Amino acid sequence: MQPTSLTTEQIRALIAKGKMKDAIFKGMGIFCLAVALLVIVLLVSDMVAKGSERLTVDFFLNFASRRATQAGILSAWVGSLLVMLVTALAAVPLGVAAGVYLEEYAKRNWLTEIIEINITNLAAVPSIVYGLLALGIFVYTFGFGQSILSAGLTLALLILPIIIVSTREAIRAIPAMIREGSMAVGATRWQTCRYHIIPYAMPGILTGVIIGLARAIGETAPIITIGALTFIAFLPPVPFTEVSPGVSAGLFDWVMSPFTVMPIQIFNWTSRPDPAFEVNAAAAGFVLMAMVLTMNGIAIWLRYKMRKNIKW
Amino acid sequence: MSANTPSDLPVVSDRLAKNAMRHASERVIEALLFSAAAVSVLTTIGIVYVLVSESIHFFQNVSIVDFLTDTQWTPLFDDAHFGIMVLVSGTLVSSLVALLVAIPMGTIIAIYLSEFANGKVREVAKPILELLGGIPTIVFGYFALLMVTPLLQKIFPELPGFSLLSAGLVMGIMIVPYIASLSEDAMRAVPMSLREGSYAMGSTRLHTALHVVVPAAFSGLAASYILAISRAVGETMILAVAAGMQPNLTWNPMEPAATITSFIVQVALGDLPHGSIGYQTIFAAGLTLILITLLFNILGQWLRRRFRENY
Repeated sequence: MQPTSLTTEQIRALIAKGKMKDAIFKGMGIFCLAVALLVIVLLVSDMVAKGSERLTVDFFLNFASRRATQAGILSAWVGSLLVMLVTALAAVPLGVAAGVYLEEYAKRNWLTEIIEINITNLAAVPSIVYGLLALGIFVYTFGFGQSILSAGLTLALLILPIIIVSTREAIRAIPAMIREGSMAVGATRWQTCRYHIIPYAMPGILTGVIIGLARAIGETAPIITIGALTFIAFLPPVPFTEVSPGVSAGLFDWVMSPFTVMPIQIFNWTSRPDPAFEVNAAAAGFVLMAMVLTMNGIAIWLRYKMRKNIKW
Repeated sequence: MSANTPSDLPVVSDRLAKNAMRHASERVIEALLFSAAAVSVLTTIGIVYVLVSESIHFFQNVSIVDFLTDTQWTPLFDDAHFGIMVLVSGTLVSSLVALLVAIPMGTIIAIYLSEFANGKVREVAKPILELLGGIPTIVFGYFALLMVTPLLQKIFPELPGFSLLSAGLVMGIMIVPYIASLSEDAMRAVPMSLREGSYAMGSTRLHTALHVVVPAAFSGLAASYILAISRAVGETMILAVAAGMQPNLTWNPMEPAATITSFIVQVALGDLPHGSIGYQTIFAAGLTLILITLLFNILGQWLRRRFRENY
């Protein structure tokens, strides 16, 4: 190109052309973002429009039924909550402990490297493969059966990488002087972690836990794979109540109970040919969306708060 | 520490004893924390063990050649055929449709957010993307079957009620946030001096973005595309709901077809006895799925190494 051969007009035209392309691309970017937003809005509004007639108290208190208008999501939401309880009890201690180990204890050697590569790779493993793992190990080898325990542990393994990564990020943000100060007054490594590192990293850990649980509560494939039933018309036994004459349920009997969860209930209703069940699917989908979006919203808000508050 | 008088001795040994206790409990705690970290390795070993051991039983009954070349997939019929290509075709076609949506959209959003948008837009856009990424896949499946398919049927009247196309399109939308957020991170990590150099030469924003920032961040972009492929290949519920579950060897996205993942769901919904050939098929299918994912990941690693930029 020979710049001298260009007249002022030509240069102006070139600049205008460049600016034009910029503007076009900017428009494309905004358009793509708008599509993303539109999908969320469409999804939610469609579910509300279709499902609102079914969103009554009865819907939450009825079991699944062959008649669409009488069917409810009682066993599904109770199942989802109990599975989440098991998932949280398993995944949070394991994930936080693993994160603390990798940040505060691990020496830089091949073993640590293997663990780190592993965690990265596990995050990319399709969720249905965790279902196959659970089917082979939890359901048959350990003999947990198709129970709340199997499902909870499966989802715990699934969200473990999320919790580990967010724990590590939160810990990494804590400056070294905190550790030095603690150790200078004679605290051991664990005391430093227990009284300083973990408490200070708590908001970050909590964000990861909530995002992980939000992911877990919407997971369907691994739970179907372990063989959860789709039609359940009873609740897991409540501890210390009478389940059959003279027999009362133990404290942990509910973990071995068969169950169903919200996503499976929606899947079941969506795959029925009768359009009356579509309404149920929409209503249940709205409830699930509300749960997941609320959890994600809390996590986003927590992170936003955290970024504003922390000043070391 | 030395004791000068005998009366000091018990005190010192007391403290030493306490010290020993401290060491012991520290060791125990470190071991516990290590075992928590080791769970991730055990998970991987468990996955490989389960998939391989069940698949070995499967391949004792079905030859590998049949598995790879047969053009029918009817594992639960009396006349059983085990041609995995039937399921692989469904998986690849739906993934391709998804990636054709997700890669351009995700990349454009990433470039826009990292190079064009101001702080305020970013503050709003990132949570929206995160919410989109958090929507349960079963809800996306519902969306694909009951909203996108009827919409597409208005454009293509011959489109059947279940199709790879509508499932793939929705899957693409689902994957957009992953690509957008990872690619944006990669592009924001490109040093400012590169952009400044480009602007100083008189480049426009778009020119700088496409010819300076994108090449510099290419290894990060490749990583995000690889993750997207893994997500698409492994996605289950959207396909199980909206693509139909009939095995169908096709490369046409307008047809219904089963994928590897939706086949596993279909079998799991039925009641297959533990140890039967049908039960083993889902593990062989799972192994195939993992190998496809692995293949793409190795390819991605190679791409990243090939195009890594140092600055």
